[in-house]
Amino acid sequence: MSLADKDRIFTNLYGFQPWNIDAAIGRGDWDNTKDLLALGPDTIIDRIKASGLRGRGGAGFPTGMKWSFMPKEPRPDRPSFLVINADESEPGSCKDREIIRHDPHKLIEGALVAGFAMRARAAYIYIRGEYIREAEVLFAAIAEAYDRGLIGKNACGSGYDFDVFCHRGAGAYICGEETAMLESLEGKKGQPRLKPPFPAGAGLYGCPTTVNNVESIAVAPTILRRGPEWFASFGNEGNKGTKLFQISGHVERPTVVEEAMSIPFRELIEKHCGGIRGGWDNLLAVIPGGSSVPLVPAAQIMDAPMDFDGLKALGSGLGTAAIIVMDKSTDIVRAISRLSYFYKHESCGQCTPCREGTGWMWRVMERLRTGDADISEIDTLHQVTKQVEGHTICALGDAAAWPIQGLIRHFRPELERRITERQGTGGMAPMQEAAE
Amino acid sequence: MPKLKVDGIEVEVPQGATVLQACEAAGKEIPRFCYHERLSIAGNCRMCLVEVKPGPPKPQASCALPAADNQEIRTDSAMVKAAREGVMEFLLINHPLDCPICDQGGECDLQDQSMAYGRGHSRYTENKRAVTEKYMGPIVKTVMTRCIQCTRCVRFAEEVAGVEDIGALYRGENMQITSYLEHAVQSELSGNVVDLCPVGALTSKPYSFEARPWELKKTMAIDVMDAVGTNIRLDARGRQVLRALPRINEDVNEEWAHDKTRHAVDGLIRRRLDRPFVRRDGKLHPATWDEAFDAIAAVAREAGSSVAAVHGDQVDCETIFAAKALLKELGSPLHEGRQTGMDYDVSSLSAVNFNTTIAGIEDADAILLVGTNLRWEAPLVNTRVRKAIKRGAKVFAIGPETDLTYKAEWLGTDLSLLGDLPEAAAKAFADAKAPAVIVGGAALKGGHGAALALADKLNLVRTLEDGTAWNGFNVLHMAASRMGSLLLGFTSKGGVGELVAAEPKLVFFLGADEVDHQAFGSAFKVFIGHHGDAGAHHADVILPGAAFSEKPGTYVNLEGRVQRGDRAVFPPGDAREDWAILRALSERIGHTLPFDSFAELRAAMFSDTPALAQEGLATLEWNPPALDAAASGAISGYPITDFYLTNAICRASPTMQRCSAEIVHGQDFAEAAE
Repeated sequence: MSLADKDRIFTNLYGFQPWNIDAAIGRGDWDNTKDLLALGPDTIIDRIKASGLRGRGGAGFPTGMKWSFMPKEPRPDRPSFLVINADESEPGSCKDREIIRHDPHKLIEGALVAGFAMRARAAYIYIRGEYIREAEVLFAAIAEAYDRGLIGKNACGSGYDFDVFCHRGAGAYICGEETAMLESLEGKKGQPRLKPPFPAGAGLYGCPTTVNNVESIAVAPTILRRGPEWFASFGNEGNKGTKLFQISGHVERPTVVEEAMSIPFRELIEKHCGGIRGGWDNLLAVIPGGSSVPLVPAAQIMDAPMDFDGLKALGSGLGTAAIIVMDKSTDIVRAISRLSYFYKHESCGQCTPCREGTGWMWRVMERLRTGDADISEIDTLHQVTKQVEGHTICALGDAAAWPIQGLIRHFRPELERRITERQGTGGMAPMQEAAE
Repeated sequence: MPKLKVDGIEVEVPQGATVLQACEAAGKEIPRFCYHERLSIAGNCRMCLVEVKPGPPKPQASCALPAADNQEIRTDSAMVKAAREGVMEFLLINHPLDCPICDQGGECDLQDQSMAYGRGHSRYTENKRAVTEKYMGPIVKTVMTRCIQCTRCVRFAEEVAGVEDIGALYRGENMQITSYLEHAVQSELSGNVVDLCPVGALTSKPYSFEARPWELKKTMAIDVMDAVGTNIRLDARGRQVLRALPRINEDVNEEWAHDKTRHAVDGLIRRRLDRPFVRRDGKLHPATWDEAFDAIAAVAREAGSSVAAVHGDQVDCETIFAAKALLKELGSPLHEGRQTGMDYDVSSLSAVNFNTTIAGIEDADAILLVGTNLRWEAPLVNTRVRKAIKRGAKVFAIGPETDLTYKAEWLGTDLSLLGDLPEAAAKAFADAKAPAVIVGGAALKGGHGAALALADKLNLVRTLEDGTAWNGFNVLHMAASRMGSLLLGFTSKGGVGELVAAEPKLVFFLGADEVDHQAFGSAFKVFIGHHGDAGAHHADVILPGAAFSEKPGTYVNLEGRVQRGDRAVFPPGDAREDWAILRALSERIGHTLPFDSFAELRAAMFSDTPALAQEGLATLEWNPPALDAAASGAISGYPITDFYLTNAICRASPTMQRCSAEIVHGQDFAEAAE
C-alpha cells in the first residue's frame, strides 16, 4: 500500500535533477498556473478543504479552513499577506530544506496559488538563518520566476499582482512560532504575540495574515492539478495525503522520503531506511514528530500508523514527521536532557513559566542524568513540567515540557535506577554542586 | 456591553473590557505584575491566569482576554490556584529574596502577592541567576537580579515617555532589561519607572536606603515645579521631606510626575534661609526678627505709598493675597507676579487660560503649538498630546525645532505664520473636529493678539458634534503661582517694567528669584523666601519663609483648577510661613492686616476672590479682549533653557544639578558596576 512513484508530489526530492526553472517546468511545475488561478479563490479553498490537507508545520490544522479565515474583500489600506514559514529549526526536521534545495519552484508556485486563494497582496518566505545555500537557491528561484513573469505584476498572465519576498532569519528557534515570526519580519525582537487577535485578523503590520508551513504551500498546486480526491485517497480518515517523513537516528539509512500518511512505522523503516540498526529487538524508543513531542517506547510505536490521530492516541504526536529513532545504545536520559537544554537556550524569555521553567527543568534533568538527585525530585520535575505546560503565551512551553513528561511516563524505572545506583556507590545523599 | 459571570456573580462590563476588568468589577482581586491600566497589554507575567468557559481546558491570561457574552470565569478554582502558585514559584526561583536589604521592601508587589498567592516554600535547589547592574542615569538605581522581566518600564518609556531608551537584551532566562548602551535615560519622566517596577529592580537612586515606607508621614500636597499642579504625596520623616510621589488624579497628572517633581525635594534642606538677615556695610549679617522688622519699618515710614511687590513662581495664593492686602493698606497698586517682565493682556482670564483642560487636549484632533517646548514646560501636558496623536491628531508647531518625543510638523519660527498658516496646516485645521492651539511663553509676548485672532479664524470655540462645548484656545503657563496670581489680580498693566518705572523706595520680593533685581536700583529690597538664591543676594533684608512643603496653600494650575496642599514639615530654624511674616510686619509698620490666623486669611481671600473658595475648575467666561492681530518677529528660543534648574529649589538640589549636568549638558558620569 505504500506510495507509488507516480503519486509523488516532490519528484526531485533528492536533487537528481537541477532545481532551476527549466527543470522544474519539465517536472510539471508552473504548468498553466493561469488555469489554476482561473478556478477562483473560493474554488481553490474548497478543493484544498476537500483534499483533507492538514498543516504540515506540526499542529495539523486543516489548511483549507485556515485560508478561509482571510477576509474575502481586503481593504486597500489593509492588504492581506501570506507568510511562509521556512524557519525549520525543530531538531530532527529537515523536509523544508530539501524542498527549497531541490524543488523551490513548487514552493513559489504554491505561494502564488495560496496567496491568490486568500487574496493576499504578497508572500513573505521567512527562511531559517542557517540555511545559507538554501536561501541562495530560493533567492535565485524567485528571481527566475520574476523574469518569466510568473510572479510579480500580472502573475502568469492572470491579471493578478503578487509579489514574493524572501526574508532570512537570524537563527532563533522561536521565530518559527507564527506570531514571533511576524514580529521578526517587522524588525522587532522575535517574541510571540498574544492571541487573540489571531494573525488572520491582525497579523503582519496589523494586516490579515496567514502563516503556513513550506510543505503545506508546496503541495497545493499539485493537489489542484490532480484533484482533491487523488490526494484524499492516501491515508486514514482525517489524516489524508502524502507526507515527507524525515527519519534520523539509529536506522541503517537515515533519509527524507515522501510517503502516504498513516503508513505503519515498521513498514516505513523497513522499506526506506533498511531497518533499525541491530534489528527490531534493539529499538528503544522513537520520537515521532520532532523534538517537542513525547517519545514513544519501542513496543508501542512498531505497528502504529504514522499520522496525526494515530500518534495522538499514543500520547505523542506527528508534529513535522521528524522521526528520531533511538536504539538501545542510547542514553535516553541524556538525550532528553539535551533537548531540555535546547529549549532553555531557545526560550524567548517573554513569559514567566517558560523563561524560568526551562532552565529549572534542564538543571534537574542534568542531575537525573548522573543520578545526582533524590527519588522525590522525579515527581517535582513532573509537577514543574505541568506548571509550564499550558501556562505560556506560545507552545514553546509545552514543547519543553512534553519530552520530559514522555521520559518520566515511560522510563521512570531507569531514572530511579540511576539515583539508587549513585546513592549506593557514593553512600551519600545528593550533593549540591556549585555553578553550571 | 457583554454580560458574564465571575465566580457566579453576574457583571456587565463596557465593550472592549478585558476579563481582568470584569473580575475587578465583580470585586475579585486578580494578581498581576505586567498588566498596568495605562500601558499596553503584554500578557507576559502569567500571574493573572483565570479559568474561562467556554474555552480551552487551560487557564487563560485574563489581562489580555476580551470579555464576551456568556463567559463563565472562575477565579477561585483549584486550577486557578495551582496556576498562580506555579507562576509565583517560577517568579521566585531566580529572585534573590533579599527583601531585608531591598528598598522596595514594604511596598513591593512581589512581596505582597507571594504572601497572598504563593506556596510558602521553595522546591528550587539549584543556583540562582545573577544579573549585572545597568546604568540608567541619576534617578533610577538598578538591582537587576531582582527583575522579573514584566517589561512595564520598557512599555512606559516607549509609550508614555516617548523615548525608546529602555529595552530587553538576550532571551530566555538570560533576558535582561537595560537602557540603551547603558546611558542615562533621556527622559524627564524617567522616575516613573521606579513606581511602575513591581519589584526592587528599579528603585529611586536619590532615595536609596533613606527610609522604610512605614516610617514615613504622608501628606497630600500640590507640586509647584511647573504650572500643571501635579497632585503629589510628600513622604516625610522627622523634619525632612524624603520623597515626593504622584497621587492619582485623572484630570491633571493621571499617575505620573516628572523628575523635578519627584527629586527636587532634596533641595528643600539645602541653601535654606533659616534666620533673618540685614545688610550692613554692603554685607548680609544674621539678625533677629526684631532687628529685621525695625530695618524695614524705618524705610517703610519714609517710603509711604512708594512700595512695590513682586512674587515668584512657587508662591501660594494665600501669600499673594496677604501681600496684596498689605500693599493696599500702604496705598500702592504696584504689584506683579510675572517676574520675568511679561506684560500680556489679562483683562480676560479665559484668554490666558488652558481652556481645553489638560485631560481635554487628548480629544483634540489638530494641535498647533506656538512658541512652546511642551516637553520641558509641561511634561505631563506633553504626554497628553502624545495620547492625542495616538488617537489620530495632527500636530503642527511654530518655533525653533526641538525634540518633543513625537512627530510635529515644524512650520517655521516666524510669528507672522499665525496670520498665514501654510496650506497643509490650514487644511488640517479646516477639517478638524476639535482643533486646539497651545500658546507658550515664547509667543505670548508678541503673538498673543495674533493667536486670539487665529482662534477666531479657526473657530476654536465651538460646539462639538456630540453637543459638548469646546474651547481650543490654550495658553501654557510655566509658574505654579501664575493663574492664582491672575485670579487675585496681582498684575500691573505694564508688568514689572511699570513697577520699575514708578521707582518705588521699598520693594518686597516674595520668593522672586528670576526677576531683574538690579533694575530696581537703589530701592530698599526685602526678600521673603526660602532659598538663598538670586533674590537673597540682592536683598537688603531677608525674611526667611516657608517652601511649598512647609505650609498649607492654595494653588491654581494652568487650566484654572483650584487645588490645595497641606503642610508636610515645619520650616527650618527661625523661618516662618510667609503670610505670618507679612502679618507681623504689617503690625510693625502700623498698617495691621485684618486677619490673625490662617483660617481668617482664607476666609478673607474667599470673600475677595470667590473662585478660590471652591476646589476644582474655576469658571472663566470666554470673552477675549480685542488685541492687535498683527504679529511679526521670529521666536528665537524657549524660556526654559535647562529643564532641571528652573527654580531655587531645583538649583539647590544635588540630584537636579546632576541631572542637568548629565542629561542636558551631556557630561559623562558612567559608573562602574557594583
